[in-house]
Amino acid sequence: MSVNSVDFSWLIGGPQGSGVESGANIFSQVCATIGYQIFGKREFYSNIKGEHSYFAVRVSDENIHSNVNDVTLMASFDAETIFRHFDEVSPNGGIIYDSELENVDTDRVRTLDSQFKERLHKFLKSKNKPFTIAGVLELAKEKGIHLYPVSFKDLLENLSQDVDNPKLRGLVRMYNVIAVSLSLGLIKMPPDSLLNSIDAIFSKKPQIAKINKQAANYSYNYASAKFANFEHSLTGTKKQSDTILVQGHYGTSIGKMVCGCRFQSYYPITPASDESVYLESNEILQVQNDRPGSTAVIQTEDEISAMGMMIGAALTGTRSSTSTSGPGFALMTEALGWAGINEVPVVITLYQRSGPSTGLPTRHGQDDLLFAVNAGHGDFPKIVYASGDIEESFYDTGKCFNYADLYQVPVIHMMDKFLSSSVVTCKKFDTSKISIDRGKLLDKVEGEYKRFAFTDDGISPRSKLGLDNGIFWNTGDESDQYGHISEDSENRIKMMDKRMSKMDLALQKIPTDEQAVSFGVHDYTIISWGSTKGPIIDAQSMLKKEGIDIGFVQIKLLHPFPGKYIKSLLKNATTLIDIEANHSGQLGKIFKQNISREIEYYILKYTGRGMTSTEIYDSLKKIIENKAATREVLNHGA
Amino acid sequence: MALKLADYKTDVHNDWCPGCGDFGIVNALQMALAEMGIKRDKATIFSGIGCSGKTSHFINTYGVHTLHGRVLTFAQGGKLANPEMTVVAVGGDGDGLGIGAGHFVAAGRRNVDMTYIIFDNGVYGLTKGQASPTLKLGEKTKSLPSPNTNYNVNPIGLAVASGFTFVARGYSYDVRHLKDLIIKAVKHKGLSFLDVLQPCPTYNDINTRDWYAGVDLAKESIERHSRIYKLEETHYDPVVHYAEESEVNEKLSQALIKSLEWGNKIPTGVFYQNEIISPYETRITDKIPNYLENPPTKQKISENGLPTTDVSEILDSLQV
Repeated sequence: MSVNSVDFSWLIGGPQGSGVESGANIFSQVCATIGYQIFGKREFYSNIKGEHSYFAVRVSDENIHSNVNDVTLMASFDAETIFRHFDEVSPNGGIIYDSELENVDTDRVRTLDSQFKERLHKFLKSKNKPFTIAGVLELAKEKGIHLYPVSFKDLLENLSQDVDNPKLRGLVRMYNVIAVSLSLGLIKMPPDSLLNSIDAIFSKKPQIAKINKQAANYSYNYASAKFANFEHSLTGTKKQSDTILVQGHYGTSIGKMVCGCRFQSYYPITPASDESVYLESNEILQVQNDRPGSTAVIQTEDEISAMGMMIGAALTGTRSSTSTSGPGFALMTEALGWAGINEVPVVITLYQRSGPSTGLPTRHGQDDLLFAVNAGHGDFPKIVYASGDIEESFYDTGKCFNYADLYQVPVIHMMDKFLSSSVVTCKKFDTSKISIDRGKLLDKVEGEYKRFAFTDDGISPRSKLGLDNGIFWNTGDESDQYGHISEDSENRIKMMDKRMSKMDLALQKIPTDEQAVSFGVHDYTIISWGSTKGPIIDAQSMLKKEGIDIGFVQIKLLHPFPGKYIKSLLKNATTLIDIEANHSGQLGKIFKQNISREIEYYILKYTGRGMTSTEIYDSLKKIIENKAATREVLNHGA
Repeated sequence: MALKLADYKTDVHNDWCPGCGDFGIVNALQMALAEMGIKRDKATIFSGIGCSGKTSHFINTYGVHTLHGRVLTFAQGGKLANPEMTVVAVGGDGDGLGIGAGHFVAAGRRNVDMTYIIFDNGVYGLTKGQASPTLKLGEKTKSLPSPNTNYNVNPIGLAVASGFTFVARGYSYDVRHLKDLIIKAVKHKGLSFLDVLQPCPTYNDINTRDWYAGVDLAKESIERHSRIYKLEETHYDPVVHYAEESEVNEKLSQALIKSLEWGNKIPTGVFYQNEIISPYETRITDKIPNYLENPPTKQKISENGLPTTDVSEILDSLQV
């Protein structure tokens, strides 16, 4: 068993709008360029400017799929980051901070909410420390953490003299690049990759690139000359071939381009709109041996309209989609039933966040599984499918569009905020692994046509608006085979049976390796779905290194639920552990509905912050040692 | 072979009440389609919910009977994915100006090249006659327990203010005039709106056929007494002729003022037309030059089951 030779976690924090994200992008880009694998995650408030945001980037020379609790090096340039995160830095880790802030007390930081301040004060009081930056740093020092004070003001002052540019003096906007560069100097990262990365990020603004590079160079040299005692270094490793650095929404966005989605309607909502904006930024598409194609990306007046437009477009035979989050999806459910009864293939990419209502608008949650499964009034067929990571979401997007076309149903593709705000390295998406199957979509129609003709498999040949001789009608009412309203009871039975039979067909036809993925089954076996996959498989390998085998079955097809198959997968497991980022263990409920079997333990998190592998590891340890409660609730993360 | 009026009719039983104004609208629509010679499989009628929602089933083109208030959303999606198709959306005043008012306004801003017809009768017929958005404040139609407590929406005024580029009113008992208006509306480049006054013989006992015909006025005068008159028979010029603010403002405010006329004289015909404002399709073409030649519905996305979209440039840019 190989042990990670490098497992380094870097955290940068600061007020929203101060460049935390671009700082983290530079850091991630540099690490990835010199061969490391990256797992980065952004946390932020529902706010434009001023509230605390941070980015934790884990770096390794092996494949990693999650964050860990401990921070190896924290780069800060404001007081709040220190107050909120000093506790997470590991012994022998380091904190880079602005020495001008040492006397700042908690009351000066107006964005610290009262609940947090109260807890911090209580803690500092118990340790006999003042409620100041100096106080918390003293505690850090006692823990064995290295402190790296830098006067950001003096550094800029000296830099501006050095490069003879008085404009740099007091340019607070540069603090993020300075913090990144100090970090890289401290860990001896090759400086040229830093400068290249800045060039790449500011490629359209050469003047800004220039001053950023001056600041980066200066800060890098400052840290490497002044601070020598940090024991961690990242000097580069062997590059893995065909690695890309991607943001959370790239999987579904690029997946949509490749699998031929040519119409996307949406209404702005966190964390889903990044996908639509990315699609619009790349709206003209290159096509092999053909003229360019394009995606029509339409911003609508609300999610009801996004859903209606998508369905209208899908009726023309166009692969069509929308992307939303819980509150938006709530508005879409009436039309979801319309798509169901009219057998319209559409894909709704559902980037979940914490509910209910607006909940924690910019935080993570797997809150909407039961909602997605039960969305819409009346009985109608739909498919709910969940991706576990960004790489998977690329291939799954292709599958979702095929399911929609093959079974002529709406497909809800479950994603979430954990995935959308991650930045990771992964294997380059392989477009040759995507297949396109449009099912019974017709290119031409001869003779009499009935859109909802009864067939052996329940699926009728599908015409499209504008096709010669393919006239059909749709209605949200029950209809006859032509699509005209019918309230006849015999017809009603046949039509309901026809539509609902497609669920059985989907279960039969969807390959089992697309329904669920087994990462081993042992006495203790985890069941889960969606983005918990990454932290679970990392926790699984942490335990493996200690000689403890824990099984894990990732369920991807959540509706119709593959009960029989899951049951057979789990037959050798004696203790089941359900891990989910919601309050009620929603998968567990579906599981028990479909499989008459108890779940022994639940590991749940609903703070809005994603799970770390450390947390899952700790809970699994407790379970194995028989010290766990039936319901373990996690709460790591500021 | 030239298509006849009968070709645009389905054999679906029409279950509207005898004497319903809706018949005139569906007839006018079929006549307009026949006169324009639009091929049956190149047109889609989208409809909302309510009596008027059934319209799409009576017309032998593609027909999409959607959801209450949402007809414009479906119609715009269909049109933008297949811009070659003739799209007409229909619905009641409750559908379009009550539950669907947000979509009405947003559609005006977009100006997609299609037509929207509101069957305007002041009541929710299919749910037994509740007050709908165009019923006047204080009026008490037959099945209301007490007089209407809401002020009425002005459909023409709202359309003009929302950015519709063709705004007209028809009367369902003047089928020929209505047919001509529909043809003008469909030929208009941009979003056209037709407010069609349509008596509901069952639930609206105020704005009846006789009332529009001015039968009550006849007692006072022996002159022509119909309340309905045609703007084209006056000196009214609805067209924005050149792209100057003063011209646009004049035609907009003229339409708005005209839209307030009600009572003994009710104007029909075109209130406002502006073809200088670009349709949404042109706005897309500004970004995607071949959008109209290669719209979503026509795009080839695969060859032998494999995707043909080439994203290598994007993927290469992400490679580290």
